[in-house]
Amino acid sequence: MSAAIELREIKKSFGNIPILRDINLSVAQGERHALIGPNGAGKSTTFNLISGYFAPTSGTVLLRGEVISGLPPYQINRRGLSRSFQVTNVFANMSVWENLRCAVLWASGQRYAFWKNIDDLPQVRERTAQILADIHLTARRDVPAGLLTYAEQRALEIGITVAGGADVILLDEPTAGMSHAETERAVALIRRLTEGRTLLIVEHDMSVVFGLADRISVLVYGQIIATGTPEEIRGNPKVKEAYLGEEAA
Amino acid sequence: MSKITTSVAPPLPTATEKLKFYGIWVAAAIVLLLLPQVFGSGGSLTTFSLIGISIIFSLSYNILLGQTGLLSFGHAVYYGLGGFLVIHAINIIGANKLPIPLPVIPLIGGVTGLFFAALLGWVSTQRSGTAFAMISLGVAELIASSALILRTFFGGEAGVSANRTKLFKIFGWSFGPQIQIYYLVAAWTLIAVIAMYALTRTPLGRMCNAVRDNPERVQFVGYNPHVVRYLAFCFSGFFAGIAGALAAINFEIANASYLGAQQSGTVLFATYIGGIGFFIGPIVGAIFVTILSLGLSDLTQVWQLYFGLIFIAVVLFAPGGITGLLMMHRPLLRAGTLRQVLPSYLLALVPTLAMIAGLVLALETIVHFTVNPGDDSHIKAFGIPFDAASPSIWAISAVLLVGGFLVARKDWVRVKEAWDKAGSIEREKDVTA
Repeated sequence: MSAAIELREIKKSFGNIPILRDINLSVAQGERHALIGPNGAGKSTTFNLISGYFAPTSGTVLLRGEVISGLPPYQINRRGLSRSFQVTNVFANMSVWENLRCAVLWASGQRYAFWKNIDDLPQVRERTAQILADIHLTARRDVPAGLLTYAEQRALEIGITVAGGADVILLDEPTAGMSHAETERAVALIRRLTEGRTLLIVEHDMSVVFGLADRISVLVYGQIIATGTPEEIRGNPKVKEAYLGEEAA
Repeated sequence: MSKITTSVAPPLPTATEKLKFYGIWVAAAIVLLLLPQVFGSGGSLTTFSLIGISIIFSLSYNILLGQTGLLSFGHAVYYGLGGFLVIHAINIIGANKLPIPLPVIPLIGGVTGLFFAALLGWVSTQRSGTAFAMISLGVAELIASSALILRTFFGGEAGVSANRTKLFKIFGWSFGPQIQIYYLVAAWTLIAVIAMYALTRTPLGRMCNAVRDNPERVQFVGYNPHVVRYLAFCFSGFFAGIAGALAAINFEIANASYLGAQQSGTVLFATYIGGIGFFIGPIVGAIFVTILSLGLSDLTQVWQLYFGLIFIAVVLFAPGGITGLLMMHRPLLRAGTLRQVLPSYLLALVPTLAMIAGLVLALETIVHFTVNPGDDSHIKAFGIPFDAASPSIWAISAVLLVGGFLVARKDWVRVKEAWDKAGSIEREKDVTA
């Protein structure tokens, strides 16, 4: 079985500045994989390369064995890979319901249909309602997304990401800026919504990472210095030195 | 349908709501049918026809601006090309005695608009924002200047004319009298408005809104924002072409002004002044601007100046347009607190009107001395005669302008306070409800 996501010898530079030096990473299907590393290590750049936001300078990205590097984001999304954003990225003037429905449309085969009434699509309606209930925003259904609280927007962000039913999910710091209680709720939500799917997550909160991930990769200065189970990473001296330092002590 | 859908999803319209909804369209059709019975003069029929054309054109423009977030400075291109093609089509059909009646001719305009939008839109819709606006302006200039160069097709400055009555007749209608043109325009307006409304309620229509709000995120839910923008552009060109066709049929002539920057500017005005945030906004704007432009041009020479001032005022003080202003009051109306703000409105209205009167007086006086200084100084503006040379007029103008401004400034602060109070009562009601 080919890996869900595979990065082969990925290099990315902006101008003359190398951001990713030589990334090799393999995420198995159904695995929950965390990508950790200090600020500026290149985690978000890695996400942007996988999801098609940028093309790599060299190297290939494979999704279930097929090359996707160089494809535009919407084509990668149609192949079953969906990502969230570190900074909330929703449709601010549209209601929560409309936000989720837009995320459901392509996956339910509506394409650019201009001959169907949007309210006459029972499948879309059902799927949207399901996601709305899953992210616990039922009470905020008709509120414009821009007026939600921060934690609600983060939940909506995750909802939009999983709504299309993609089986490979990339979450970029889903709990950043949340209180302890909010983080716990968000983790439970992520665990439930990514059940049976492949998850690659960037996260700074180590309790989230060690609680959620099957395997962890550590990215430092544009290179992956270690990949392994949470125990292996905890015990890895290179990781301790480079990153976990104080926290492991 | 599963339990979760029925409990969580927004309720589908009930039978009564649906009936009400279709009732609105039926009522609109009846109003359009009966309008000539009430206002039957040739002048008002012409006005109604122009309003209908402007409604279609403005709504087509709002597919771009309001729905998809594309600011176009060249929408008249598709309107004008639709008009020209229709004039040529009428001439060809008339000369060859083809069995095509006038009522279907606007479709030719629509298809023309669609064709050119499809041809010219692919590049410009690659990007939104400034890039799109600039390209639309460039394309508009290109087409408008070729209208004066390619004389065989565009007829140079004189334009091309046609005789609409020479076509194949149905029901014995010659479409010579204005009343028949009125009904033609009214029917097409109703069809186009319903079609454009329906478009907003489709998957494409919703994705247009998504592209307007956040084109980046759209890419990550499987849609190509370029294709969404392109399709919106094509639909917009189609309906603009229908509007241009009706204009050409109405005037029996198409000339370079159809395609020009002024026409593109007017539709932007009408749409924005009406309000781009609501479907009916452009309809309101089209009615308002058409009546105003016909009315103002009789009352003052510098009506375009007033247009500009109104536009600036709307952009600055009411970015939601007329419809936005009215809709703002809906929550107050619902909470029953509208009455609390009305007195403050009346209070603010008096000095504001005084200020406007002072401004008009000053403008008309200045215009008189800059445009035709040699003429008699006893001039007439908005039907009111006054002496532009008299110092008392200057003094009155200054007092109204400055005094009105000073008082109005304080009064509008009071309006805001009344609003805040009414709003807080409404919020409290929300909490207790």
